[in-house]
Amino acid sequence: MIFYIARRLVWTIVVVLCVIGITYVVFFKLPAGNPALRFAGKAPTQQELHEIEHRLGLDRPWYVQFGKFAYHFFRGDQYGWPGLGYTYASGASVKSLIVNRAPRTLFLIAGAAVLWLFSGVAIGVISAVKRRTVTDRVAMGFALFGISTPVFWLGLMMLYIFWRQLGWAGGAGYVSPTSDLTGFFSHMILPWITLAMLYSAFYARMTRNNLLETLGEDYIRTARAKGLTERRVILKHGLRASLTPIVTMFGMDIALLVGGAVITESVFNLQGLGYLAINSALTQDLPIVAGVVLLAAVAVAVMNLVVDILYAFLDPRVRYA
Amino acid sequence: MSAGERAHDDRLLLDVRGLTVRFPTPDGVVQAVSDVSFQLHRGETLGVVGESGSGKSVSNLAIMGLLNRTRTVISGEVDFKGRNLLTWSSDELRKVRGKEIAMVFQDPFACLHPMYRVGAQIAEAVTAHSDIGNSRAWARAIELLDHVGIPNAKSRARDYPHQFSGGMRQRAMIAMALVHNPDILICDEPTTALDVTVQAQILELIEGVKREFDIGVILVTHDLGVVAETANSVMVMYAGRIMEYGPAFDIFSRPQHPYTWGLLDSMPSIDRRLEALVPIEGSPPSLLTPPSGCPFHPRCPYRFEPCATKLPPLEAPTAEAHLDACWLPWDKKVELGTQRAKKVAA
Repeated sequence: MIFYIARRLVWTIVVVLCVIGITYVVFFKLPAGNPALRFAGKAPTQQELHEIEHRLGLDRPWYVQFGKFAYHFFRGDQYGWPGLGYTYASGASVKSLIVNRAPRTLFLIAGAAVLWLFSGVAIGVISAVKRRTVTDRVAMGFALFGISTPVFWLGLMMLYIFWRQLGWAGGAGYVSPTSDLTGFFSHMILPWITLAMLYSAFYARMTRNNLLETLGEDYIRTARAKGLTERRVILKHGLRASLTPIVTMFGMDIALLVGGAVITESVFNLQGLGYLAINSALTQDLPIVAGVVLLAAVAVAVMNLVVDILYAFLDPRVRYA
Repeated sequence: MSAGERAHDDRLLLDVRGLTVRFPTPDGVVQAVSDVSFQLHRGETLGVVGESGSGKSVSNLAIMGLLNRTRTVISGEVDFKGRNLLTWSSDELRKVRGKEIAMVFQDPFACLHPMYRVGAQIAEAVTAHSDIGNSRAWARAIELLDHVGIPNAKSRARDYPHQFSGGMRQRAMIAMALVHNPDILICDEPTTALDVTVQAQILELIEGVKREFDIGVILVTHDLGVVAETANSVMVMYAGRIMEYGPAFDIFSRPQHPYTWGLLDSMPSIDRRLEALVPIEGSPPSLLTPPSGCPFHPRCPYRFEPCATKLPPLEAPTAEAHLDACWLPWDKKVELGTQRAKKVAA
């Protein structure tokens, strides 16, 4: 097991480096204009441009810059370890920028994940147990709505109804929980629900299908033949076997959201990591993009490992050698 | 046996009369079990024989109350110790299941939950019907595992099902069925999925359990060899109906129904060469549209005028014969039976 984890961690580093490498290649090989132009002010002279390019390191080939990035990452830079460099725009530390933005995204994901996991599984179970009844139809109707509704529309509707019209929740923007806890919840509740809605719908459908499949298994018949109550048959024997694939999906979904909750972050003006990455890509601020991509890639790789290890605990048939 | 006698028979466990099971489907009604009647006594092993889809498993699931009631239509009477199980609520049935009537299923690979320890699954069967603590339930699980012949029961109880061999899993299933000393043990193809050597051990175990606890066993199988070894009485089923029903010795020594002849002639044995096997021509009928008259008539080599139109009743042709459902006259059956016996002996 230890050896397995160690081997996987080494692979994680390789994968993350590949991802960053690709980011650099894409950035330099795609014709997107010269980033130095952005920071040179109006009508720069050729010499000014060269100076800026030299200062930002843009005059070197991509692999040299990537090598410098990797070197600083492992050895640290003037802002400490791991070194992520500084932004083109202000020269500020990318790491402090990410550390500043990360909590917003992480809080968003954590709250939404709790919501969607519990609501999704609960709806799925009810739907499976009450199969082909009105309850099931309503629940699956909700799922269809959740899956097909665009997040930007749902987010705006949420804001309009619950903030503008009813005044039940705070509007867009982020409030730090350390400064104002009530304000934090009031501002986060709508983004949480919006983001959770889509996933909850997926999880409800997946739970329903898995559970229905499991309930047809022979060991469920055994559980009934033992004289267990139907509640216990479904919640203990049925759900236990159906949850394993859901746990896998849960881990990956959380990881993907680290850099991927852009729309929710934008609609509610939370300015988290995804928002930061997109904005930086638009302003051609490569170090920030690389930093966020690095974090997102690490999140995916690490969650992958966590899920794999968790799997061995959830399903005793799985053992890693 | 008359109704008066039945009331005095305290060895009688199960008295099934006219059990009929229908599954309505979009394509029509599946006539899974039709008018099945039999009795089971303490200390008796009733062998239920038939091909796949003959209704043998379904009738047992109906008795156990394990069929989905909203999607099946069940009629008839299933008197268990004098009470008709079919009129019970599902919660009352649940309290009988695993306690007074227990069941062992065909595929021990699929019948144990892959994610719970074997001991825990047995202990759960204990706590399902009694208010004892988990540690005592666990102790009972170990005791039973030991009883059904699992070596090192104490440590093996902590294993997961995939760490058990097929035979051990089936032993564990039997242990699970025994936790509350049931009156009836229903074994649905208990040896089909197992190696031949293990089959004999499991049959021996079931037989031992039956004698030790003085219970009634219903042994469902398509393997006549299994029945010949263990059953006291035999019920031959085809297309959801009983074809022949009587003491095991009589069924094997003087079978009366052409279907039973067919089953016996198609059964391989050590002293019979492969060429001597005679398969039954054709295949079992669809239960959506069973044949009119005797359900076996399309495949029966001896069919004649009434077979295709009229359903033969299940009755004893003469006083010394056992029950069968066949239109052939008794002397014809005797004649064909003797011919058959000669051929087998030759």
